[in-house]
Amino acid sequence: MISFVNVSKWYENGTKSVALEDVNLKIESQEFVTLVGKSGAGKSTLVKLMIGEDRPTKGKIMIAGKEVNRLSSSELPELRRKIGVVFQDFRLLPKKDVYENVAFAMEVAGRPDIEIESVVPQVLDMVGLAERAHHFPDQLSGGEKQRVAIARAMINRPMVIVADEPTGNLDPGNTWEIIKLLMKINELGTTVILATHSKDIVNALGKRVISMDQGKVIRDEKNGKYVLS
Amino acid sequence: MATLFARIFRYGWQNFSRGKWLSAATLIVIVLALIVFESLIVFSVITKTSVALLKEKIDISVYFKPTAPEEEILKIKKAIENLPETESVEYVSRDKALATFKEAHKDDPAISQALSELAENPLSALVNIKAKDPSQYAAIAKGLDNADWRPLTQKITYRQNQAIIERLGKAIDIGNRLGLIITILLTLTAIIITFNTVSLAIYSNRDEIGIMRLVGAPASLISGPYMVEGVIYGVIGAAISLAVFWPAIYWGAPYLKYFITDLDLRAYFVAHIFSLVGYQLLFGIALGVISSNFAIQKYLKI
Ligand SMILES: Nc1ncnc2c1ncn2[C@@H]1O[C@H](COP(=O)(O)OP(=O)(O)OP(=O)(O)O)[C@@H](O)[C@H]1O
Ligand SMILES: [Mg+2]
Repeated sequence: MISFVNVSKWYENGTKSVALEDVNLKIESQEFVTLVGKSGAGKSTLVKLMIGEDRPTKGKIMIAGKEVNRLSSSELPELRRKIGVVFQDFRLLPKKDVYENVAFAMEVAGRPDIEIESVVPQVLDMVGLAERAHHFPDQLSGGEKQRVAIARAMINRPMVIVADEPTGNLDPGNTWEIIKLLMKINELGTTVILATHSKDIVNALGKRVISMDQGKVIRDEKNGKYVLS
Repeated sequence: MATLFARIFRYGWQNFSRGKWLSAATLIVIVLALIVFESLIVFSVITKTSVALLKEKIDISVYFKPTAPEEEILKIKKAIENLPETESVEYVSRDKALATFKEAHKDDPAISQALSELAENPLSALVNIKAKDPSQYAAIAKGLDNADWRPLTQKITYRQNQAIIERLGKAIDIGNRLGLIITILLTLTAIIITFNTVSLAIYSNRDEIGIMRLVGAPASLISGPYMVEGVIYGVIGAAISLAVFWPAIYWGAPYLKYFITDLDLRAYFVAHIFSLVGYQLLFGIALGVISSNFAIQKYLKI
């Protein structure tokens, strides 16, 4: 469903810095994939290229039969609605409350108001935020913010949810809440790609692990463990 | 489609109402720009009225000798009327001049007495000439000074007032040009400052714009609300600037009347209230929408 074919990405501003080098990957539907690697290994770059936030220098990325970097500026938003993204820094809209942040993803997808009014409360209930519906992001804890982000990412029933260090700013309790949510979403049939630094999470999950170092995929194992070097 | 518009409007209003100090700051700048715009309108009304008044006061009078026959004078009047620079010519016959003089001095028994003792009307017939433009009096005066007419005329006032008329003509000309330059400069300044403020406001929203794009919002749903916000700034800005400006005109107008007696700003504003409000709204909305549109473009590229 998602494939990277000979993808390289380097940045050039005075000196050349290589973020990805010859990456080949295939991720199937309904998989749960963890992406590990030291800081600077290229995890975030991989995510950015996948959602079309940046273009690869070489190679191509296919999602659901379409080449991401060939999409027109009107097709790109369409692709992004099929991919739910969750970031370490939450990225909620500060001027919208919890309900509005989650509803926004549906409104953007052109869903009718009646559907939005029935689906949003259900999803907020699922992430345990029904009580917080009319709080603004700056009135929420980190864990709560991340649950809003997950609710927003899953509300359009995307084919894949990509989470780039979603627990990086959270304490252990909240971390496990988020991981459990992601597992639940995966069990319901959505592909999940999780980039993380945490050995504990990777080892506890026991899912497919893709290890990266200096822009290269150095290991790709089913039921993998967190191994560096 | 209707849902899309409803959403764009709702987001625009939320952006504005939840933007707090940033919205307030932008609004103040737009209000100031509109007040500059209004001041320029008042400024142009004042200069136009005073110029018109000055023009009204300038004319050339040709006094004829008492012996000049009326039909000759009327011929000359006709000839002057045909000059391209002439706006209007008024003929005052000797009898009419006398009647006007008597009327003006009817309370002065000494003058009435003296007049009634004279057998002959002592006053001259005259024509008053107005030029289309103050700068053209010189040309008219030249036209009057020809050999055929000289035996009939007694005096031409232009020669006495020449310096003043020419200076006024120049002053009016300079005043008009200066007014135009000031208007252009101030309008440009107001527009540039508003553009910058709106750009800054949108720049400070760049993270939000990035988030919207990540969630897959189409360009219309990202930029549309900013256009709506621009309209809101325009409408509220126009309302506030009028609310500030109207009382200023109301209290200020009587003082202005001391200087320029024929100028009634209050009446002018009442008479033109619809077009003034219309211009305000138009200018305010255009300012808000165009600068929003301009500023948002660079954040919509991939
Ligand atoms: N915009 C950029 N300009 C220049 N270099 C960049 C840019 N973005 C990323 N890089 C470089 O690309 C490499 C990979 O960065 P990336 O953010 O993908 O790492 P990461 O694996 O996500 O690291 P971390 O775990 O710290 O988040 C790094 O060496 C980084 O310096
Ligand atoms: Mg990263």
